[in-house]
Amino acid sequence: MIVIRTPGRLSLRLHPRALAVGLACGLLTLAVGVLAVGHGDYPMTPADVLRTLTGGGSAAEEFIVTQLRLPRLVTGLAVGAALGLAGAVFQSLVGNPLGSPDILGFTQGAATGALVVVVLGGSSAALAGAAALGGITTGLLIYLVAWRRGVHGYRLVLVGIGMSAILTGVNGYLLTRAPLMEAARAMLWLTGSLDGRGWSNAAPLLAALVVAVPVLLACGPALRMTELGDDAATGLGVNVHRLRMVLLAAAVLLVALSAAAAGPVSFVALTAPHLARRLTRAPGTNLLPAAISGALLTVTADQVAVRAFPAQLPVGVVTGVIGGGYLVWLLATERRAGRL
Amino acid sequence: MRASGLAAAALALLAVAVLSIAVGAKPVPLSEVWHALLDRDAAEYAVVRQMRLPRTLLGLLAGTALGVAGAAMQALTRNPLADPGLLGINAGAAAAIATAALLFGVGGGTGQVWFALLGAAVVTVGVYAVGGGRSATPARLALAGAALNAALYSYVSAVMLLDSAGLERLRFWTVGSLASADTDTVRQVLPFIAVGLLVALAAARPLNALALGEDTAQALGARPALIRVVVIAAITLLCGAATAACGPIVFVGLIVPHLVRALTGPDLRWLLPYCGLLAPMLLLGSDVLGRVLGRPGELQVGIVTAVLGGPLFLWLVTRTTARP
Amino acid sequence: MPTSRLDGGGLRLAYDRRVVADGLTVAVPDRSFTVIIGPNACGKSTLLRALSRLLKPAAGSVLLDGEDIHRRPARVVARTLGLLPQSPITPDGIGVADLVARGRYPHQGLLRQWSRDDERIVAESMAATGVADLADRRVDELSGGQRQRVWLAMALAQQTPLLLLDEPTTYLDIAHQIEVLDLCARLHEEQGRTLVAVLHDLNHAARYATHLIAMRGGQVVAAGEPRQIVTADLVEEVFGLPCRVIADPETGTPLVVPAARARAGTVTR
Repeated sequence: MIVIRTPGRLSLRLHPRALAVGLACGLLTLAVGVLAVGHGDYPMTPADVLRTLTGGGSAAEEFIVTQLRLPRLVTGLAVGAALGLAGAVFQSLVGNPLGSPDILGFTQGAATGALVVVVLGGSSAALAGAAALGGITTGLLIYLVAWRRGVHGYRLVLVGIGMSAILTGVNGYLLTRAPLMEAARAMLWLTGSLDGRGWSNAAPLLAALVVAVPVLLACGPALRMTELGDDAATGLGVNVHRLRMVLLAAAVLLVALSAAAAGPVSFVALTAPHLARRLTRAPGTNLLPAAISGALLTVTADQVAVRAFPAQLPVGVVTGVIGGGYLVWLLATERRAGRL
Repeated sequence: MRASGLAAAALALLAVAVLSIAVGAKPVPLSEVWHALLDRDAAEYAVVRQMRLPRTLLGLLAGTALGVAGAAMQALTRNPLADPGLLGINAGAAAAIATAALLFGVGGGTGQVWFALLGAAVVTVGVYAVGGGRSATPARLALAGAALNAALYSYVSAVMLLDSAGLERLRFWTVGSLASADTDTVRQVLPFIAVGLLVALAAARPLNALALGEDTAQALGARPALIRVVVIAAITLLCGAATAACGPIVFVGLIVPHLVRALTGPDLRWLLPYCGLLAPMLLLGSDVLGRVLGRPGELQVGIVTAVLGGPLFLWLVTRTTARP
Repeated sequence: MPTSRLDGGGLRLAYDRRVVADGLTVAVPDRSFTVIIGPNACGKSTLLRALSRLLKPAAGSVLLDGEDIHRRPARVVARTLGLLPQSPITPDGIGVADLVARGRYPHQGLLRQWSRDDERIVAESMAATGVADLADRRVDELSGGQRQRVWLAMALAQQTPLLLLDEPTTYLDIAHQIEVLDLCARLHEEQGRTLVAVLHDLNHAARYATHLIAMRGGQVVAAGEPRQIVTADLVEEVFGLPCRVIADPETGTPLVVPAARARAGTVTR
């Protein structure tokens, strides 16, 4: 641990390993990003990409990079970061390594919103808006049902699971109501895809990140105190109920808007915080590393989905496979460690 | 008292079954049901014999299977929130069926049932490994099951995405529906469910002993390891076959044992038979309701049970976790 | 009447609709080692929860320095009143020094994360509880007694004049119970802190407390110095246990000896 102190009363605490890992992951993410922007029908070398990004490319390159490929990359980065953050927050709120929005019904709520638009027939903008609305409404509902003198982790889990089962039923029904072509489009959306995403898809999520990230980071120290249990955290001066409400609101907003941007990209929220914890080896909740590893995971998975298969797959298939495999492994090890 | 209750439940089930034969796009008057079932010349004979009867029979079979499997599972894991749907067993069967459809072109028939059994077996053993141990609390087990569920569904949807013909068929099947039932379906799953039911009922007494904990069961002369294997096999048969025939259905296996326990207490020798009668009542009732509400089409039974059972589950959760 | 920084008046304490205590009035004398005792479900832990603001009273209020504890900012309260809950959670893999350092939370801010004071106080707290040698160990590797001392060190690092302990000796064997209580007594005497603890063992309470609060059925039956209030009649009234009270041969404090079981041949009531 490194401590930086000013002659005044300010002091900062830095963990060298977390810092190094964060920087490395950040750089790696940028590198994958440059490769991603270079890939396509009009291939560009990393040098070309960097030249174009700094304003030295031809008009055509400029157009391809800033209008076609960069938006997709930025959407992927934002979705990954948002899901990583939200996952870390949920896991900490619920006090369980499996507490991810995919499992607790928030994602299903966003899907319900989107499917309603698919069945009724609406534009992509309407679909994104409905997804965000569905996610936020579900979050609100779960909060209201689970509330009892504050929200406790296990109630959130059970209510979330119940809600998720109900909404899965509703979603299945909506899917049967859509014509086949629309159903296929809906399935694609439900898997989570970055295909053809433009700046307009990324903008709302970016705005949400600008608001939510500072709030969440400010809550970070208090969140670490809640790891000691609600009573101990209260004793240390944390207003646990208010903290939970703020965190839940921020996390739901991030999940809902990332679903609006790219569909419910599965299991990033589950996997990214674990990845961050393993890399930094720091116990407890680490929000910023979770955000970075979420971004890295999402853009890398997207590149795998685009390059490794003859037919382009949506990113959600790759994250789903990674996440599902990881989940099984996690269940096995957590059980052995007696934490489950 | 409990025996007469059982008779009453059987009568009520019969009434629902009659209703299930009568209600549909082409309604059969209640007084005509018997006639339509037996008389070849009756106007509704074809509809009733080829569609309504198999559908009703399948509902009976699947409902019984899910209810008994749920009760057995709750006893085995000593966990009040265990449900074949919530814990991902039905989703395991679904994933296996989707794989079979994609890789081997297996669609329907006994092949599908075998694959479903395989999927259900894998997940049942897995869930038990995670949740049957000493440390898992109800919430944690439910969470592990929900996570598996999510993983399996994301796999199923990936498969559907790869195979649009599969999508067309599976998107109806994954909701959970009795609509596609015909005499063949009933015939395919009947043996599996019958064996599963017999095994589960036979295991009721030893399960009662196991409910007091592993050590006590052993002290009482039961053999915990054997009971576990037998009951897991029964649950697999019941859930796998039910899922193969009508898709993954949630909450039936959870809610019914809870309601029944209020009537019979925790004795599995009564609990299992009651669940076996009341669960199909819920399933068939939901199916009938779906046919009435969804007119001119229908609401799949899986949706009705999810929407009916979900709030009940939430109520149960908020009630039982009242203490901070 | 001694002064009191922490007191509650007209308290109605309830979980949802289940009322545990009504019309309860208590005061914690300053610089005392106050111990709350009573039979199971008498509301003693509930009272401690109310005093430590974990439970908001349905009526009445808990006053800290004359002000409603729920109206004051959480962090400000946390600099005056520390708490060791009954079953705190030890995060996976956390180190001893790291856990103790978390006690500094109410004194820190986003730009004041780890001052020299923090460092000094954490070291002092670990020294005071005798866990300085364990600083680099992981908490989950420690024995029950060591772990409880680490948690006490965390509560000490909070540097509060008032410290509330909910059954600090539960799950410990007799030697570790005495170890923890001796430590509490030393903190009380040497550092002049006000301690409030819920204890199960009446004899421990009588030996270590300077001020005893005896509860039954949600009411305070007696409060005062143990030597003055612990009598056979009080024990019978509070616990329903026939007993004799003799002087503790070690300390002279009251020692409760349960009456022998009535045997065949002896006179029975």
